[in-house]
Amino acid sequence: MTNQVLLDCRDVWKIYGARAETILQEYDHPDPAALKAAGTIGAVRAANVQIHRGEIFVIMGLSGSGKSTLVRCLSRLVEPTAGSIHFDGMDLLSASAAELIEIRRKKMGMVFQQFALLPHLTVLENVAFPLDVQGVDRKTREARAREVVALVGLEGRENYYPRELSGGQQQRVGIARSLVVEPDLWFLDEPFSALDPLIRREMQDEFMRLQNMLKKTIVFITHDFDEAIRLADRIAVMKDGAIEQIAAPEELVLNAATEYVAEFTRHVSRAKVIRAKTIMSPVTSESFAGEVDWHATIESIADQVEAASGPMRVLKDGETVGQIDKQAVIDVLVGRK
Amino acid sequence: MRRWITWSTGFWVALFAVTWALSSYSFQLYKAFDARWIVRFPKSYELPTESWISALLDWLVDKAHFVVFTFRDLTRAIAAMIELPYQFLRNLLIEGFQSGIGAEAVQIAPSLSWVAVIAVAVLIAHFAKDWRLGALTGICFLYLAVFGQWASAMVTMASVLIAVPIGAVGGLLLGIAAYRSPLIEKCLRPILDLMQTVPVFAYLVPVLILFGFGPVAALVATVIYAMPPMVRVTIVALKAVPEEIKEAGRMVGCTRRQMMWKVLVPSASPALMVGVNQVIMLTLNMVIIASMIGAGGLGFDVLASLRRLDIGGGIEAGLAIVVMAIALDRVSQAFASRGVHEHRNGTFLKRHPWTSTSFAIIAGTLLVGQFMPAVQTYPQDLTITTGPFWTAAIEWINVNFFDAFEAIKLVVLQGLLLPVKKFFTGIPWAWGIIATGLFAWKLAGWRMGLMAMLFMAFISASGLWGKTMVTIYLCGVSVFLASVIGIPLGIWAAERPRAGRVILGLMDTLQTLPSFVYLIPVVMLFRVGDFSAMIAVVLYALAPAVRYAAFGLREVPAHLIEAGRMAGCTPRQILFRIKLPLATPHLLLGLNQTIMLALSMLVITALVGTRDLGQEVYIALTKANAGQGIVAGLCVAFIAIIADRVVHAAADGQRRRLGL
Repeated sequence: MTNQVLLDCRDVWKIYGARAETILQEYDHPDPAALKAAGTIGAVRAANVQIHRGEIFVIMGLSGSGKSTLVRCLSRLVEPTAGSIHFDGMDLLSASAAELIEIRRKKMGMVFQQFALLPHLTVLENVAFPLDVQGVDRKTREARAREVVALVGLEGRENYYPRELSGGQQQRVGIARSLVVEPDLWFLDEPFSALDPLIRREMQDEFMRLQNMLKKTIVFITHDFDEAIRLADRIAVMKDGAIEQIAAPEELVLNAATEYVAEFTRHVSRAKVIRAKTIMSPVTSESFAGEVDWHATIESIADQVEAASGPMRVLKDGETVGQIDKQAVIDVLVGRK
Repeated sequence: MRRWITWSTGFWVALFAVTWALSSYSFQLYKAFDARWIVRFPKSYELPTESWISALLDWLVDKAHFVVFTFRDLTRAIAAMIELPYQFLRNLLIEGFQSGIGAEAVQIAPSLSWVAVIAVAVLIAHFAKDWRLGALTGICFLYLAVFGQWASAMVTMASVLIAVPIGAVGGLLLGIAAYRSPLIEKCLRPILDLMQTVPVFAYLVPVLILFGFGPVAALVATVIYAMPPMVRVTIVALKAVPEEIKEAGRMVGCTRRQMMWKVLVPSASPALMVGVNQVIMLTLNMVIIASMIGAGGLGFDVLASLRRLDIGGGIEAGLAIVVMAIALDRVSQAFASRGVHEHRNGTFLKRHPWTSTSFAIIAGTLLVGQFMPAVQTYPQDLTITTGPFWTAAIEWINVNFFDAFEAIKLVVLQGLLLPVKKFFTGIPWAWGIIATGLFAWKLAGWRMGLMAMLFMAFISASGLWGKTMVTIYLCGVSVFLASVIGIPLGIWAAERPRAGRVILGLMDTLQTLPSFVYLIPVVMLFRVGDFSAMIAVVLYALAPAVRYAAFGLREVPAHLIEAGRMAGCTPRQILFRIKLPLATPHLLLGLNQTIMLALSMLVITALVGTRDLGQEVYIALTKANAGQGIVAGLCVAFIAIIADRVVHAAADGQRRRLGL
């Protein structure tokens, strides 16, 4: 088994401005005020992120929080000012231009907020484009592209041009393009932000369906906290270029590390986040009215528990690990601590 | 705020008052102090720039050599490279392919028949857009055949077909180089500025000396003239490709070359086609001028008719150029806005219906043409000439309206042209330099002020102060009139959509006319002189004033107009209090374009007898004096650059003040 961590980013800085290079030598850990005094802007400040294989890692922040810059540092679209980034054990920042091209061709994929489809190519040609760039012959690359187009549910539209598609369809093409090379690491930069709320929801479901099939390692950027909670295994909350907290959604809601994170989580419906394992109590009852999975959200089991005549058993891999009753569920639903 | 306004107004009043006083009394000052230098730059201090340039050119032609070849070899190689495809196109379009020379020439293959050329043109137009454009193109080309302009038109077409690809591809490559390297862009920028502002006549002579009289020299001059906008469009278009698309290209692992040719250039192609359209229009604009150094075809016909004072012939050939310009303009514009079409599958015939139809028609007419000469060449008997009609019409107008025209001419001359001329030509050169510096400093900062003073000092030191002032006066009056006519037209076009369509359509057509064409009717009606020149310049420079005014008014945000309406503004108040103030940056940009067009037209009006820098350039051309032409050309360019920078700075300042 190779290393658990696929992308390891330590103390990464991205500072813009004339004195970007020297400011980090002058100060060990400049705060925003010091950066501003020097006429620079700290777009990313001392970011530490370890992304594990197979997880969905969401970077959440409002516009201007540095989340897009951070993800561009991770893919080296933007050159970090300082820090180290290791991808699959390899030092990404010292990779040569040729090595970087090779890594991006074979191991990385990226989906963009405004889709970034090439307007002069058809759906099929857009999806096949990464292979075309690698010099794969037309027959092979189109066959492969057809598979991926089918995977994202766009069969029959292969010969359309991007401008003939709706926003949601265009983003499906963007997703297909980023998946065509079967990347190890999949970046999604606010992929659904430019879509209408209803389509966004549909695309999130579609995304989860794909991920259940493909089990990629994913770095997902969003400014929408609900989206983050829905999709994430872990969330990093960013503010002013710095990461405020990295935690699982549930942890974030229950134990906000800073005032800023708490502000975000305050209005989140806790029932959607909190899972049975968190509020279950030790087994005291002899008989149970039913059973629920320990990983299920309260929202998903609320009806069941409410209708039950007594406490319910909480199961983990078939074993009873606790029990849950109406009172506990109601406490969560009305937001009682 | 109030104090600042008074100070600013005071500055302008004082500047004008001092200039006016010095202009009116410079002669008296010269007499009083017995100081001739006041009105005339001392001869002994004049810069011998002219002879330097001429010497440099002589050295290039006679002595310069690179390790293994001389400069001459280089120009000859370039000439040969252009000559070969040009001759091929001429053979293909009109002359036919022959082997042997002179009387022993044997025709190997005929040229394309007129039917085939028209059919292919129609098919291309249909491919670019639809059958309506195809019909328009067909009518335009048919005009050339029916009115007996076919042979000349095809010669012109051959040079267009050579100059446009060279200009477009060369401009694209230069633009790409500038996009990749900021250093190259920095170096290229002033060169482009000069290429676009130095009048064409100025570099006709060096081109003539380097390449000799003939179509090749004409093509070289045309390319120099037509390429700069393509370079600029390329730089802007590549920079305008969305950042995400560039990132997408990098994320799929494009190499630098793949990035450029698979991502950037195709994504930018609609914008790039706009550049190609500009290259085409400028190439056609050069057709007549280029015929002065050996391009045959329609341009030569116009020029020859003008020299013979053959009014009808000139109008006919001129109209043929216009017709060609309209067809090429519309088709290339259609390509620019054309979306990508659906993919076709199947055999070659099915996949390429247009190409195969074209080849079928060409082969068919070639075959039929062998038996029916009328298919190969448009029969002489069927041509119509409108020459006598135009001659008679102009004669009729002149006979019946001579007095009226003379009266108008006299009033404008006495009332407007002469006083302004007296004002500008009276300004002593030393004060002129200072005044220009102050003017530029006030509007565009001290850097620009300094540059303007340097430029004006160069002009004085070249002994061209007087002629420069005549240029500025003619340009000033024409721009003023063009604005006075054009801005209200633009407002009208913006306020009344239906009138707007007509007016803007008219302006589109005016802009497709080669600048030279404007001279023809003007000279016929008003004969030579400053007045005729002014009318031609005003007509030529009118379009940007109208367009920018209309565009500026339409761009005013709707919510501001609604706010005005809800505050109870009358339509008049909305126009004067909301729309016009907000549109000033656009009006200023229109003014800038008007000035640029006016300056380029002024040089051409030297042909109708003005006494300005244009005349200096034109004299240099007839004497083949390269140095004289380039120096005078540089003077025009300097005026243009000063005007451009100052007006741009004013527009930017206005935009900042409005918070746009």
